[in-house]
Amino acid sequence: MSSFKQYSILPGFNLALGFTLLYLSLIVLIPLSAAFIRTAELTWPEFWSIATTPRVLASYRLTFGASFAAATVNAFFGLLVAWVLVRYHFPGKKIVDALVDLPFALPTAVAGIALTALYAGNGWIGQFLEPLGIKVAFTPLGIFVALTFIGLPFVVRTVQPVLEDIETELEEAAATLGANRWQTFTRVIFPALYPALMTGFALAFARAIGEYGSVIFIAGNMPMISEITPLLIITKLEQYDYAGATALSVVMLVISFTLLLIINLLQWWSRRRSMQA
Amino acid sequence: MSIEVISLSKQFGTFTALHDVSLQVHSGELLALLGPSGSGKTTLLRVIAGLETADSGQVLFHGEDATDQHVRDRQVGFVFQHYALFRNMTIFQNVAFGLNVRPKKFRPSKEEIHDRVMKLLHLVQLDWLADRYPHQLSGGQRQRIALARALAVEPKVLLLDEPFGALDAKVRKELRSWLRRLHDDMHITSVFVTHDQEEALEVADRVVVMNEGRIEQVGTPDEVYDQPANPFVYEFLGNVNLFHSRLHRGRAWIGDLEVDVPEHAEAEELVAIAYVRPHEIEVERTQNGEAALAAQIVHILSVGPIVRLELVRENDKERHPVHAEISKERFRELQLTKGEKVFIKPRRLDLFPNYPQSQLKH
Repeated sequence: MSSFKQYSILPGFNLALGFTLLYLSLIVLIPLSAAFIRTAELTWPEFWSIATTPRVLASYRLTFGASFAAATVNAFFGLLVAWVLVRYHFPGKKIVDALVDLPFALPTAVAGIALTALYAGNGWIGQFLEPLGIKVAFTPLGIFVALTFIGLPFVVRTVQPVLEDIETELEEAAATLGANRWQTFTRVIFPALYPALMTGFALAFARAIGEYGSVIFIAGNMPMISEITPLLIITKLEQYDYAGATALSVVMLVISFTLLLIINLLQWWSRRRSMQA
Repeated sequence: MSIEVISLSKQFGTFTALHDVSLQVHSGELLALLGPSGSGKTTLLRVIAGLETADSGQVLFHGEDATDQHVRDRQVGFVFQHYALFRNMTIFQNVAFGLNVRPKKFRPSKEEIHDRVMKLLHLVQLDWLADRYPHQLSGGQRQRIALARALAVEPKVLLLDEPFGALDAKVRKELRSWLRRLHDDMHITSVFVTHDQEEALEVADRVVVMNEGRIEQVGTPDEVYDQPANPFVYEFLGNVNLFHSRLHRGRAWIGDLEVDVPEHAEAEELVAIAYVRPHEIEVERTQNGEAALAAQIVHILSVGPIVRLELVRENDKERHPVHAEISKERFRELQLTKGEKVFIKPRRLDLFPNYPQSQLKH
């Protein structure tokens, strides 16, 4: 252990690391491993057949697909919102800034009900979309809308501080060197924002995968069409099929962990490229 | 290329950064904008660059109005105090940036860009760092890269905003003599901002002294140092002692000391401020029958070949310190010790009659 220890002004490496491990074990590892242990009650063929029924496979596609799409949209618009909040001064800016956090605080069920009411065929927004042939509520599109709603703050809040740290001098330098606005953004500002944007994307994505409350109200929950995996897990729990429920959660865990790991590796790689030691 | 600035004014809220400033920068000269912080020197530089727009007034480049031209089109090289290098690019990419962003029609070929960048890196003596990233370089190296990057686009004028402000004393000195040599080779019209009077006097062809959004004096380093136009310039350039005196028909009195000042022959019973540089104060152990001021040594500070004395005049109830600088040899000759009584006499002084007291620092 002592080889990891570095001299530091603030003591307490052993204590801090010990506490961290204990805490992570209690809060994260033990509950998660319980899922694996419970799943182990099943044999491999049983597990496989539960985890790969057509209905379940459709739910994976929907969950991960809609989450990915929502996180992508959030990365784009979150960046825009962060940009506006950092770069411009306008009346009511503080209020807009506070609004961004609302999806964090709002009970997700409330969000789901509100969105459903808005986008249903007779809702404020839905009544205009319906004639155009666009159905939002009770379709996968509605799931996407709900996931976009809950994921927005993650991108804004990770990008915002980084954007604040970018000196305007860099843009001025680019301008004096003859770069136009687009070149300045793509070559100077975006590379600096990219790691933070990836973090925000990963957080929004992870949050969307696990989202339940807001989605079930707007989704319509039709098997094979608008049924997300977390809902299937709940359904199985309600039928006292604990092993089946944990089997699905193990699959979700493994996929989520792999995806997040890939995103982290991408981020590490891009950071290394720009900050080679 | 010459730069002409005609009655520029600029206001930030209630703060006046520039107050009807006019200035001529000759083609090929190295000009220093010198002043304390908040004097408007950086604002003036940024308005010339096009990074800031003035509320009124004009900027002419080579006689042509450039006031409404965008920074991009002004062809100025700008060097920032904190380098502003692009972190995600190598040194080579940083210097090549200005060439790479040109529209295809005007962009040199890859080989040409490579040659030009390497030539510039060679010029700033850092060609061996081409593949590094900015954070791997020292401050002095970064600033030289920033200069190479600015020169890569072959600007018509070079503008430097406190280019050495963030560097330590030794690197500062090296870089400023290096900048002077570079300028002598390239003869590009250059304007640099500094608050360091030594830097301005050492490097520039001409110095513009600014204060509170106005130009106080423009002149060669010798002119502004030896013939300051007003008390502000006197106090800002180098250390100076201030004495209150009476002035009457070509004679001035500082305490008991009487000095001939023939240039003020017409003065009738005036109050005047007398300035004396520390190195122009003579220190003697005895009065020698001449007029001199009695003073007591309160502090002795030896810095290299110079000894700085802090003295307090006798009869000075407020105990304003008087600073004198003498050579180490002279100091040994006199064998001075702290607390001793000596006689001081200004070798040269400048009088400013009737200067409003409120404009003075002390």
